[in-house]
Amino acid sequence: MTKDDFWEGVRGGFPIMLAASPFGALFGALAVDNGFTIADAVFMSATVYAGASQMVGIELFGNHVQPWLVVLSVFAVNFRHVLYSASIAKYVRHFTLGQKFLAFFLLVDPQYAETEKRGERGLPITFSWYLGFGLIIYVPWIINTLAGAVFGQLIGDPKAIGLDVLLPVYFMGLVMGFRKRDRFLPIVTVSGLASIAGMHFVGSPWHVSIGALAGIVLAALLPPSNQAPAPTGVEKEA
Amino acid sequence: MDPQHLNLIYLIIAAAVATFLTRVGGYILITQMKEIPPRLEAALNAVPAAVLTTLVAPAFVYGGLDVTVAMFVAFAIALGLNLSTLRMLVIGWVVVMVIRHLVM
Repeated sequence: MTKDDFWEGVRGGFPIMLAASPFGALFGALAVDNGFTIADAVFMSATVYAGASQMVGIELFGNHVQPWLVVLSVFAVNFRHVLYSASIAKYVRHFTLGQKFLAFFLLVDPQYAETEKRGERGLPITFSWYLGFGLIIYVPWIINTLAGAVFGQLIGDPKAIGLDVLLPVYFMGLVMGFRKRDRFLPIVTVSGLASIAGMHFVGSPWHVSIGALAGIVLAALLPPSNQAPAPTGVEKEA
Repeated sequence: MDPQHLNLIYLIIAAAVATFLTRVGGYILITQMKEIPPRLEAALNAVPAAVLTTLVAPAFVYGGLDVTVAMFVAFAIALGLNLSTLRMLVIGWVVVMVIRHLVM
């Protein structure tokens, strides 16, 4: 534990905190718009701490999707973290059990990327550095959620100030982040068409599970390719 | 607290646990497992894009003409110029506001 390492981490995480701030505020505002209280929104940011999946969670909750499906979707969107924690295992093995617990809780995309980069360069991954980098992103994420939620509560009609368009565009950006992945186009096409058909013939919220299942089954059935899966591009901002 | 709100709290806790499991799972798996079957890996690899697409496509089709136009413009410009998600959000927002307040 050294002070210098901690502050080096804080300095490294600072620009990422700035980039993530608008998304924290956006989450707060949209959470309130989807039926959360201010405290709910802050609670979710403090406990889940995974921007894209939080957006998915409030969108599905606002559409009255069954709770198990909301949790499953959050799990699915965050599934990439399994790869992260596997990949940085070699760098955090010397942490104590308590430190590992905290470190994995804070393992957002930039934390992973920076840890990997640092480890590859042969720089030491101390817990102090890791914690400094993590906290400078985590604490403002919660504060920005609070600010956004307070702001969101002041808005009467979210449509008048264009809030309703933000979630679909945000999700579209996330989907585009995966475009380098194996068989991206067939999966997205099939999921998209199946979800529209599901919306039309069965209705919301079933279109989510119908569309997702169609894309996943297609991916499992297509002949295996020898191309290695590209790293995920989702949620670079938080 | 009314039961419905309590359910939301439970939902958030469940989501937090699910997220933590993904963050600790790889570390545990790497020390235990040897190999993931390729079809399972392909299916898992497809999950995020498949789920997220179902949140985009219906909004594009049923969200109203203003939302459809805004999404299309944001998509085309962001793809063409390789813009960040934040810039894409700003474009989509500007287009929908222009349509709502100046055109319609």
